[in-house]
Amino acid sequence: MATITDPPSSGFRLSQLINDTRYRSYTFQFIALILLILGIGYLVSNLFANLAANGLDISWAFLGEPAGYDINQQPIPYDSQMSHGRASVVGAINTLIVAFLACLTATVLGVIAGVLRLSNNWIVSKLMSVYVEAFRNVPVLIWILIIFLAMSNVLPQPRAFRGDDATSSMFLDSIAFTNRGVYIPSLVNGDGSAIFWLVVLASIVGVFFYRRYARKVLYDTGRMLPTGWPTLAILFVPGILAYLVLGGPVTLEYPELKGFNFREGLHLRLSLIALWFALSIYTGAFIAENVRAGIQAISKGQTEAAASLGMRPGRIMNLVILPQALRVIIPPLISQYLNITKNSSLAIAVGYMDITGTLGGITLNQTGRAIEAILLLMLFYLIISLSISAIMNIYNNSVKLKER
Amino acid sequence: MSDTHAQTVAFVRHTQLPPAPPPARETGIVKWMRENLFSGVVNSALTIISLILVVWTVVSVFPWFANGIWDTTSLRECRDALEGATGACFSVLTERWNQLLFGFKYPPEEYWRPTLAFVLLLVAAVPALFAQFVPRKFLVLTFLYPFVAYWLIWGGTLIAMVFAAIGVIVAYFVFLRAERSLGFVLGLVTGLVAAIVTWTIGGMIAGAMSGVLALPEVPSRDMGGFMLNMILGTVCVSLSVPLGIVLALGRQSDMPIIKGICVVFIEFVRGVPLITLLFVANVVLAYFFPPGTNIDLILRVIIMITMFSAAYIAEVIRGGLAALPKGQYEAADSLGLDYAQSMRLIILPQALKISIPGIVNVAVGLFKDTTLVSVISMFDLVGMIRGPILSSTAWTGIYWEVFLFAIVLFFVVCYGISQYSQWLERQLATDRR
Repeated sequence: MATITDPPSSGFRLSQLINDTRYRSYTFQFIALILLILGIGYLVSNLFANLAANGLDISWAFLGEPAGYDINQQPIPYDSQMSHGRASVVGAINTLIVAFLACLTATVLGVIAGVLRLSNNWIVSKLMSVYVEAFRNVPVLIWILIIFLAMSNVLPQPRAFRGDDATSSMFLDSIAFTNRGVYIPSLVNGDGSAIFWLVVLASIVGVFFYRRYARKVLYDTGRMLPTGWPTLAILFVPGILAYLVLGGPVTLEYPELKGFNFREGLHLRLSLIALWFALSIYTGAFIAENVRAGIQAISKGQTEAAASLGMRPGRIMNLVILPQALRVIIPPLISQYLNITKNSSLAIAVGYMDITGTLGGITLNQTGRAIEAILLLMLFYLIISLSISAIMNIYNNSVKLKER
Repeated sequence: MSDTHAQTVAFVRHTQLPPAPPPARETGIVKWMRENLFSGVVNSALTIISLILVVWTVVSVFPWFANGIWDTTSLRECRDALEGATGACFSVLTERWNQLLFGFKYPPEEYWRPTLAFVLLLVAAVPALFAQFVPRKFLVLTFLYPFVAYWLIWGGTLIAMVFAAIGVIVAYFVFLRAERSLGFVLGLVTGLVAAIVTWTIGGMIAGAMSGVLALPEVPSRDMGGFMLNMILGTVCVSLSVPLGIVLALGRQSDMPIIKGICVVFIEFVRGVPLITLLFVANVVLAYFFPPGTNIDLILRVIIMITMFSAAYIAEVIRGGLAALPKGQYEAADSLGLDYAQSMRLIILPQALKISIPGIVNVAVGLFKDTTLVSVISMFDLVGMIRGPILSSTAWTGIYWEVFLFAIVLFFVVCYGISQYSQWLERQLATDRR
């Protein structure tokens, strides 16, 4: 007779910690944790020993002390008696300004270059290839330096705009391109301008709601509401009406040449313009490659099927190709936006005071608080990067193909 | 009855006309131009604008090149020699090319050493890059190259490098023996211990024989120019690939602590710009070493750039691992392979093959980012241009010529690497068919 015996129940042996896969992971994690704690403890003890040997300490009080230096590009009011903390905030706003502007123009340039690169026109596609390859294979720092130096050497000085035989004149009599920067008219908000801006904002929101309503009507009843003219009407008519009714609340202040410089108007310094331009065309080349890859990822059968349904090329691109291509294009596009934000830290090469220039540059050198300043700097960039990555994850999850 | 009969047509051919050539508009280059360049209003407009742009660029740039002056000693002399015409002043390159390539403190009589190291780099890379065409035993050259290159560029005695190489070989054989009886991790630890023992003994012996087969030592702070970019690029990329593989495997492991450590590291390093990490290398990293040690700046920079690049490569390899079907892992389990064996024999070869384009992309980006060390006052190529050349009295105000030289150098290297990567992709794709 065959007797069924229980499997031998062995006690716990110490070598099971390494050989038995049930316990091995705990052993490894325990060892890893111990090593990590020991490593961090070693580094931190070295840190404190070095700080004590040099008579330094870790304190954040420097953020409240007066900065003592000027910042040339000031989006918010700042003077040299304000604190280091305020200087860092000015720098952070400068970073966000140049990153936002560069993202906009880089997208426009990249989309145009990417679509043109796929055109049938041989010259145009070769030119775009030359642009993309030339800008992708050279470091961005070199482009920033070249564009800055080229602009400061080629653009005229402010005094060339003076006199009857002026060698340079303002574009449209309102924008001046000089080697100290670009002077554009600034907006002056008079009485009632708050209402005007609210009306403008409301009309932009209204356009979104109208288009959503039009799509709902299309899906429910099959009736196509016009969206071209009504969009333009909703966008502009309320704003123009509000402007006329309120009696012109917002006026332009033109730059004028007084003395050695242009006064009034908005002064965009050459460092901002050069950094913006360089980042845009550098990242535009990368975005062009992403757009090209996205459009080529859609199989040709989609275009052919849409054409066989009788759709015209414009509608094919808008309704069939682009929605599918955007799913492939947008994640790398968002990482290019991240790259723009991180590359904007090269602003110190041209003297633009972004957060790396204020907090990581002058503040760090003056106060000597290297560890605290660099920690804050990294924290700033980390917050921006993690926010942008979170946005990308939200977008990815919303357009993900929902499979069973 | 039908209306057609033989008399309605006046003439009926009996023989066939020979086929005539197509009309001139439908063949050859005219047809190509009609279809490609002038196929519609918008296309034609674009073609004309592009042609105008190209012609205008060539006409403006060519005289500048053609009138280049190659033999003066300062910018003012160039301008005098040109007498008002537009022309380039390439004499800055003739005079300073060695500084741009090697830095301004590297002793000129030792220029043959980095040049030889560069040539040997190309020779040693061939067995690794074109592994399908070169017999495997040439990989020994690739293994020996780092030691020879270090000896050539930094100097010192060859005995130290010989012992370094012996240490690695000893570690490898000890690992092979120990793994059979102790398993992967303990085998690795034993190999490391053997390496450290060999290196300590070798260090003592090399210290005693420091004059044998020695080249004059060049300290790291004397390196500069394009050579510094290449050193940082090759060293950091080659060191960061193994580290990136480890991070990627850790990030997708089931052990929560390991996974947490890897995720925190990767997301932190990817979220900050490289310049902040270089600031850390410059001012902060020294605080974390024991008091009194003085680590060279170039070594600190190499550490930070390697960490930076390892995080990006880890993400690329994670993408490659995710692209692998789950059946591969299950097949490895069904064969009874443990973690280390399945990774080494089945998973990693396929994942690395898929991730090669991404890794090459990261390598090219890293090579371009090595120019950022000019911001922390290391005199690489861009640092040399902005520093000693643009601020010297003879050459201040010159910028197009030197930057053009820098652009050509970087373009040749980066474009070459990306073309190689595309070629490699095509090779590997045909294999899979």
